[in-house]
Amino acid sequence: MKAKRRVILPGLLLVTGICFLAAGIYRGEAQTVWIKAIYICLECIGIG
Amino acid sequence: MVRKLRPLVQIGFTAVTNGYVFGFLTGKIYTGPLKTACVPGLNCYSCPGALGSCPIGALQAVLTGGSRFSFYVVGFLLLFGSIFGRFICGWLCPFGLVQDLLHKIPVPGKRKNLPGHRPLVWLKYGILAVFVVLLPMFAVDGFGQSKPWFCQYICPSGTLMAGIPLVASSEALQAAAGALFNWKVGLLIVTVLLAVWIYRPFCKYVCPLGAVYSFFNSIACYRYRVEDTCIRCGRCQEACQMDIRVWEKPNSPECIRCGACIQACPVHALKRDPLFSPKAPVCSNVKKKEEG
Repeated sequence: MKAKRRVILPGLLLVTGICFLAAGIYRGEAQTVWIKAIYICLECIGIG
Repeated sequence: MVRKLRPLVQIGFTAVTNGYVFGFLTGKIYTGPLKTACVPGLNCYSCPGALGSCPIGALQAVLTGGSRFSFYVVGFLLLFGSIFGRFICGWLCPFGLVQDLLHKIPVPGKRKNLPGHRPLVWLKYGILAVFVVLLPMFAVDGFGQSKPWFCQYICPSGTLMAGIPLVASSEALQAAAGALFNWKVGLLIVTVLLAVWIYRPFCKYVCPLGAVYSFFNSIACYRYRVEDTCIRCGRCQEACQMDIRVWEKPNSPECIRCGACIQACPVHALKRDPLFSPKAPVCSNVKKKEEG
């Protein structure tokens, strides 16, 4: 049982991650990330 | 071999994920489609060379935009974490590489940990909860906008890889730099100095991304295993710069998978756990003590 859990758990998380990625792309979050990333983040570089 | 291979992988991965050389030459950042994707390590997307997005920065970007949950960024974190766990910290993170290099500087009085190490390792979880999640979500202004609190007030990786190169190359940014920039440079200086004497202080006590990946260490595809031949000599813990009792917790949340313990074991009882191996992680000597 423990051995099965060790195989199934990371597999489940992997599949969940892929599904979340797809859901995020569908919701337009990838675009949000890209738009934020292509402009210099003044907060990140200490300008505010 | 791992001792020689790891720095090469660290340098190579940092070079690949920050390979936009044109950015360093002109002081401009990459704006192409690769920035849609998150890189696994703490790598500020405002770094002139960055080709991808920082997962912590991206998470805050979505949360400050009004969303309560980011499927996209959490998906990346689940993907990376479930496969690698904190292997990413030890092998793929640029700021981890910086700290490793700093710690090679020969100075007297080096130590593994800061005083108060055991409670201090919990600080990174607090920083993750407060500065990465709660403040970006709830500390909003009158227009409903928030800011990336961790990136703005704490992240020394952003200061080193983005702030300093960009400010140095732009007179306009130099004129705009004020108290916040000084605060962040001060934090960076403290981190750099600490990293010379203490092994990876940022990874141990501050990094929210390390905090995230730590949840995956015991269940990720990449794990360690202790064989029954373990004699509990403690040499693995002596060799471990993260100060883990490896023979008891080979998949500790603090383990960055550097492999030093495996190299140090005199009876070769520590193994990298093959993918989907069903073998138990605890050696029989420890099990007998727990049962007795």
